[in-house]
Amino acid sequence: MNRKRIVLRINGRACEAEVDVRVNLADALRHVFGLTGTHVGCEHGACGACTVIVDGRPARSCLMLAVQAEGADIETIESLGEPDRLSPLQKAFQDKHALQCGFCTPGMLMTLEAFLRENSAPTREQVREVLSGNTCRCTGYQAIVDAAMQAAHARRSAT
Amino acid sequence: MKAAPFSYHAPQSVEDAVGLLSTLENARVLAGGQSLMPMMNLRLAAPDHLVDINRVPGLAGLRIGAGRIEIGAMTRQADLLASDDLAAAAPIFRAALKHVGHIQTRARGTIGGSCCHLDPAAELPALCALLDAQFEAFGPNGSRAVAARDWFRGYLESALAENEILCAIGFAPWPSGHGFGFHEVARRHGDFAVAGAAALLARDETGATKRAAVVVFGVEPAPVRLAAFERAIVGRTIDEAAIEAASEAARKLDAMGDAHVGADHRRRIGGVVVARALREAAGMNGGAK
Repeated sequence: MNRKRIVLRINGRACEAEVDVRVNLADALRHVFGLTGTHVGCEHGACGACTVIVDGRPARSCLMLAVQAEGADIETIESLGEPDRLSPLQKAFQDKHALQCGFCTPGMLMTLEAFLRENSAPTREQVREVLSGNTCRCTGYQAIVDAAMQAAHARRSAT
Repeated sequence: MKAAPFSYHAPQSVEDAVGLLSTLENARVLAGGQSLMPMMNLRLAAPDHLVDINRVPGLAGLRIGAGRIEIGAMTRQADLLASDDLAAAAPIFRAALKHVGHIQTRARGTIGGSCCHLDPAAELPALCALLDAQFEAFGPNGSRAVAARDWFRGYLESALAENEILCAIGFAPWPSGHGFGFHEVARRHGDFAVAGAAALLARDETGATKRAAVVVFGVEPAPVRLAAFERAIVGRTIDEAAIEAASEAARKLDAMGDAHVGADHRRRIGGVVVARALREAAGMNGGAK
């Protein structure tokens, strides 16, 4: 009863593993599936660093058990781009200096990735509201909002 | 921290869920997990058994009829916020849901979970109090409906028995075109509110109040209706004197104090948000000032 086999999709690939039922999705992604781009900050849903996309919606992976992801479609920071081939959103973060230490950045990016898919022309105010669930202790957020606006613009231009 | 060890159960029906809750010691229901999981990770809660009702069919969804709206307990807050039908029939929901947590917590968090956890500052239980909702519980002896006035037992305490689950929340919508207002003050957007208030207003063609409902939340351990004000305002118009009377009633509540917000400040903010919500409901200069 304390271990359970789960089958799910992570970044488009079918994955399977046996996990302790008490392990949350963030820890399973990092330690079971080796995807260490998802960061674990506060572990109680306050900081947003562990945000991943679950079935199309941004969710805190520290507040979801790995066993609850059975059958789910999970997207993590590893799905966005590569160091030499950044996604438009990652490129915007680089261009606008929207990170310093980078700890919160995977959560910022996955929150914005999910949000921008649904909202191609957000206002700065909407971006600020969406980012209210992600804490950054370095940047003061202005550059992050700038990056989100640039990424939204790039997305509109690309379509 | 990590959650303490527990056994995990994923029942496929409400009967199985209730059966588990009736036989297992120290079991907790896992709904959206946006309050219980933090408490478990902080080890403020350490259930031996977790009964996950996310895979129980029939607990999620919106049923909007002419005289009644029913919301499945496992309906996600994000789905409520996205529903144009709900926004048309009960627009106070969309106004309130924007303040419920953050985009990431609304994706998982449910209305039923919020109404069973009963954080004093939670918006959705306050709306249930405002709308005189009925809570549909299911237990070993079948279903029962609990009126909102009986649901709220105190700090983090609902009328739900340990071996019951909440299945749905129902209420009668107000007439089309009714006034509504929702305001809260929080230190940061999405944080637990210092205090919040919501108001509904139905008026006749002369502007006189036919029916009013005002709820204050985050001030006392459970949401409070300003019942005396609601009765007194019927037949009268909402003017500055009426708004001051409602604010005064909110300032007399038995406010909680904590390390961040003292009771006096919470009472004062309670008065402010009641005035803002009522002004908005009455269409008086937007209520934002």
